[in-house]
Amino acid sequence: MSELRDLYQEVIRDHSRNPRNFGKLDSATHRAEGYNPLCGDELALELCVDEGREISQACFTGRGCAISTASASLLTEALCGKSVDEAEVLFETFHGAVTAPPDAPTDSESLGKLACLLGVREFPMRVKCASLAWHTLQAAVHGETDPITTE
Amino acid sequence: MSRKAEIPAQAGLDPAELRRDFPILERQVHDRPLVYLDSAASSQKPRPVLDAVQRYYTHHHSNVHRGVHELSVEATDLYERSRERVAAFIGAESARECVFVRGTTEGLNLVAQAWARPRLEPGDEVLVTEMEHHSNIVPWQQVCRQTGAELRVAPMDDAGDLLADEFEALIGPRTRVLAITQVSNALGTVNPVAELAQRARAAGAVVVVDGAQAVPHRPVDVRTLGADFYAFSGHKMYAPTGIGVLWGRLELLESMDPWEGGGSMIRSVTFEETLFAPPPARFEAGTPHIAGCVGLGAAVEYLEGLGMDAVRAHEEALLEYCVKELQAIPGLNLIGRPAQRAGAVSFTADGVHPHDLGTFLDREGVAVRVGHHCAQPVMKHYDIPATARASFGVHNGPDDVDALCRSIRGALEFFA
Repeated sequence: MSELRDLYQEVIRDHSRNPRNFGKLDSATHRAEGYNPLCGDELALELCVDEGREISQACFTGRGCAISTASASLLTEALCGKSVDEAEVLFETFHGAVTAPPDAPTDSESLGKLACLLGVREFPMRVKCASLAWHTLQAAVHGETDPITTE
Repeated sequence: MSRKAEIPAQAGLDPAELRRDFPILERQVHDRPLVYLDSAASSQKPRPVLDAVQRYYTHHHSNVHRGVHELSVEATDLYERSRERVAAFIGAESARECVFVRGTTEGLNLVAQAWARPRLEPGDEVLVTEMEHHSNIVPWQQVCRQTGAELRVAPMDDAGDLLADEFEALIGPRTRVLAITQVSNALGTVNPVAELAQRARAAGAVVVVDGAQAVPHRPVDVRTLGADFYAFSGHKMYAPTGIGVLWGRLELLESMDPWEGGGSMIRSVTFEETLFAPPPARFEAGTPHIAGCVGLGAAVEYLEGLGMDAVRAHEEALLEYCVKELQAIPGLNLIGRPAQRAGAVSFTADGVHPHDLGTFLDREGVAVRVGHHCAQPVMKHYDIPATARASFGVHNGPDDVDALCRSIRGALEFFA
């Protein structure tokens, strides 16, 4: 039960029940779709990137498990106000952290609130749930038009 | 090994005793006793099957149909005896009608490529149902693309039963193939295959049945079913992975060209011409999965020992109990309520995604499958991304259902 509590921390349960930035943007400049064929989870991520390459808004729609929904919600929160370059750095940090061994040290300073998702390290089958939104972010930033998948 | 002396088929099965036949059920998962409710994905293996495979490799292994030496003779004998046992088990007229394949998927692909592809023409129709596993959709889509034939889909209602009138309307003079599952892996629906097959054959279609979820759970007689081809997998019926059977009417198999070339499937080879062996060897190019066949033979013997009528009665009673108990859980939704059910029950829980439910149950030692079950059209029908599915084998009993329901209640509370 304690590992389940580590996986489904209160922040995650809150964000999965009440996802932030859930909806569509009228003036999106970047958009991508993500799909996890293993479980059928799907999400669409939209960004408004201004001329200074700063992400002014980030929204998502779709349906998924508690982990993937919370991860998308937390991602959109974290992106607002960041430059595209900073977002890419954050992707690398986050991706490295969730795919690290369970006992690896964590850079909780760079991750901030996102560190609550690191419980997936104990659940290898769920890492893709946590990373779906993030791979979708990469696709959106790099202008990939085909839906990306976790496979 | 025969259990008939110990458990008369009429007396019903004792899951507590059968549980002891499955060594894996002695292990713990996350410090809990394993409650295995995922036999529809793959069944566990009873000791007689494990022993048969071990014995084969320890004492009898060699290549089949090749040598004059003693081991090759013994291996060939075991291999062909398994074929005969399988043939008798499913009511085939002759063992020559049973082709060993890797599994149901390969069997269905073999029919699509070796029977349908050279015969279908533009405008011909292949009829599948809305509840098929991807392995009984994709091979037909491919062959339709290759030949210009058209794929038609017989719809189902929300209970998960095929709509009889719509089915009737879709059968016509252009219907060349009916590809249908006997039991739905995602919903547990038992289709009235005998009736539908009769209708399709009367219209001139060839009937291809996916028997993967039927053979482990009920007596199957391919002749009374009225099938032309029938495919099933060993690993869902207590045998090893990588072995399965395609049964076909002999005259159909004899009319087909091989789909793979190689050793074992020839009568004679020169660079000018190759004469093919008759079925089933014609479709078994290369060294087969001999140990898997031996294990499959042992699995059939195990099931025969239990008696398939007893297996069916035991599992139907258990499913009925499971459905009743699941319905009593507030916030739980059964997906599909078919008139006749075998093997499995699918469900969702309010506010808990199936993946989260699956993770929670796993930590309680309860193994269920979550996802789309390789039946995405079924998920689309219900407009859901996934379900959780509990599926049963002979070793499951009411205590397993109780453990499942207890864990589901725990999950609903946890995620509330």
